[in-house]
Amino acid sequence: MTRIIKYVFYDILRTRFIIFYTAFLLVCTFAFFQLDGDFGKVVLSLMNVVLMAVPLVCVVFSTIHFFNSYEFIELMLAQPVNRRVIFLSEYIAVASSLCLAYVVGVGFPFIIYGAWQPVSTLLITGIFLTLVFVSLAFFSSVLTRDKAKAIGIALLFWFYFSLIYDGILLWVIYTFSDYPLEKLTVTLIAFNPVDLARIIMLLQLDIAALMGYTGAFYKDFFGSSLGIVFSISLLMLWVLWPVIFSMRIFSKKDL
Amino acid sequence: MRTGFVIAIIISCLSAKAAVIPVGLQERVTRIKDAVALAKPGDTLLIRPGVYREGNIILQKSLVILGESYPVLDGENQYEIFTIHADGVVIQGLKFINTGVASINDLAAIKLLESSRVRILQNKFDNTFFGIYLANSNHVWIEENQLQAEAEAEHQIGNGIHLWKCDHITIHNNRVEGHRDGIYFEFVTSSLITHNHSEGNMRYGLHFMFSHKNEYRNNTFKDNGAGVAVMYTREVTMVNNSFIHNWGPSAYGLLLKDIRDSFITGNSFAENSVGIFMEGSSRNKIQHNRFNQNGYALKLQASCDDNEIIQNNFQQNTFDLVTNGSLVLNKIEANYWDRYEGYDLNKDKTGDVPYRPISMYGTIVERMPQAILLWRSFLVLLLDRAEKAIPVLTPENLIDPLPAMRPYDFN
Repeated sequence: MTRIIKYVFYDILRTRFIIFYTAFLLVCTFAFFQLDGDFGKVVLSLMNVVLMAVPLVCVVFSTIHFFNSYEFIELMLAQPVNRRVIFLSEYIAVASSLCLAYVVGVGFPFIIYGAWQPVSTLLITGIFLTLVFVSLAFFSSVLTRDKAKAIGIALLFWFYFSLIYDGILLWVIYTFSDYPLEKLTVTLIAFNPVDLARIIMLLQLDIAALMGYTGAFYKDFFGSSLGIVFSISLLMLWVLWPVIFSMRIFSKKDL
Repeated sequence: MRTGFVIAIIISCLSAKAAVIPVGLQERVTRIKDAVALAKPGDTLLIRPGVYREGNIILQKSLVILGESYPVLDGENQYEIFTIHADGVVIQGLKFINTGVASINDLAAIKLLESSRVRILQNKFDNTFFGIYLANSNHVWIEENQLQAEAEAEHQIGNGIHLWKCDHITIHNNRVEGHRDGIYFEFVTSSLITHNHSEGNMRYGLHFMFSHKNEYRNNTFKDNGAGVAVMYTREVTMVNNSFIHNWGPSAYGLLLKDIRDSFITGNSFAENSVGIFMEGSSRNKIQHNRFNQNGYALKLQASCDDNEIIQNNFQQNTFDLVTNGSLVLNKIEANYWDRYEGYDLNKDKTGDVPYRPISMYGTIVERMPQAILLWRSFLVLLLDRAEKAIPVLTPENLIDPLPAMRPYDFN
């Protein structure tokens, strides 16, 4: 397994995409620091990058990579190797390289500027979002044989979680605003990894605004240690289920 | 004959020297009450260190009461300690502990009734129901006192410095913690409140009503249950105060209700749930203030008119400004908004495009508090952008026509 991971890893490095991605994040973070000396604002600007750009890059890159290494996978399958091992190695290699790129790209400037404290949440949520969206991309890749279709599905996931879902949620809040919605909204948030990550960040940045009556409920829920365990375990779930499902499909699939 | 009479009076004045009466266990007079009975107006009582449990001490002579290294006056959770009804009293360097708690009487460590020219200096108050209570008094100095209480509910505790129907009072450099209201005024006029620190009080750090023509300078109001609330008052001056970290569903850095003709200048509002909440207030000038990291920097209700909000810094607030109507009767001009994205082609340091300080999502959250959950999502970003281009929900006329390009330097 480690050998396959190593090969896939080299392959990813050879495409140079990951290096561009790291450079992009580095440039972004440094630029934000140049524009504004205040760490809070830098984290805020980066939050938009983390919530939008990181999932998009992960989704597109993972899907393309999966289909580009289709021949390699077919070759490996001809060997006496377990299908699950091949799939998992692919997943681990892609996910870890993207995570590494993210940690270096965002974390490095923060270390240079000596702001270790605010960045830890940003790093954790970013890593989780990377893992989640790589999982979803792999899931969409095993669903079809067609590369374009798979990219389409993966993009749909991204679009759905970052835009459509929030639209629906806003509609729900708007329509049922006369009812106590606190618990319902917390439940609905659990069905969207991007929202979960965003709320973890929100608790760092907009505490003062969250202290309104309703906000205090969310703050008490998500801000408590139980709430943190809740959101982290939900994010874990969001990483695991697509991987498990796609692994099952992959191991039975006629390639 | 007449000159001789005048000389006689002067000589008698000089010879009538005020006596110093030491009070303490080792002294001839062991109880403060006895000393008060013994003393003539103008005498000084020097209280030696020790604990004095004498119940309620009533003072009706103008005496100077000095404590030597903080003698303790214990109210035994039962009594009011000093009740003063005399002019020209000085109380300095005493420590008051454990006054009684009552629902009908406002028991205080020092209660001043219909007195004037009194000084209350450098005392310590620990676990008192009301700390310093003034009723119908004038020309009083309250300086450098430290008041501290640890109550669990609002009804178990009174106000730190409580003034009712007073005028010409100076409250300087006091520290009030853990009371119901830190400083409470009702019908207090022409007074000066400077360099006080009011922290962690159950209700308001500062609370006043019907208290006209007062001046508040360099005070700090921090972490109070509901911040600072001021009501039904005109001609107030608030300069260089700090309103910090007042968090909660109904906490305001500064709540202005029916305040008129006042100046609010050079203050700092940081990390409050709401920086300033204005309701029914008119003709106020809010200038050169700093709003940093508040949930809402300014909640301006539509019932306010003719206020001028000019040359303030708004930085890192979740929402800069919200209102509850579409009517705009206030002047908002030349502020610095960190969200402003305009340009300055003619280099006059003001932006060439007007700024709309009301964010659409702020308005939505104001109506549906649950919607705060979607704040900072991509959808909300898009909605806000669309609203900035074509205002639908937000009042079209509410603009800052001359937003500053750089933050003002107020230091």
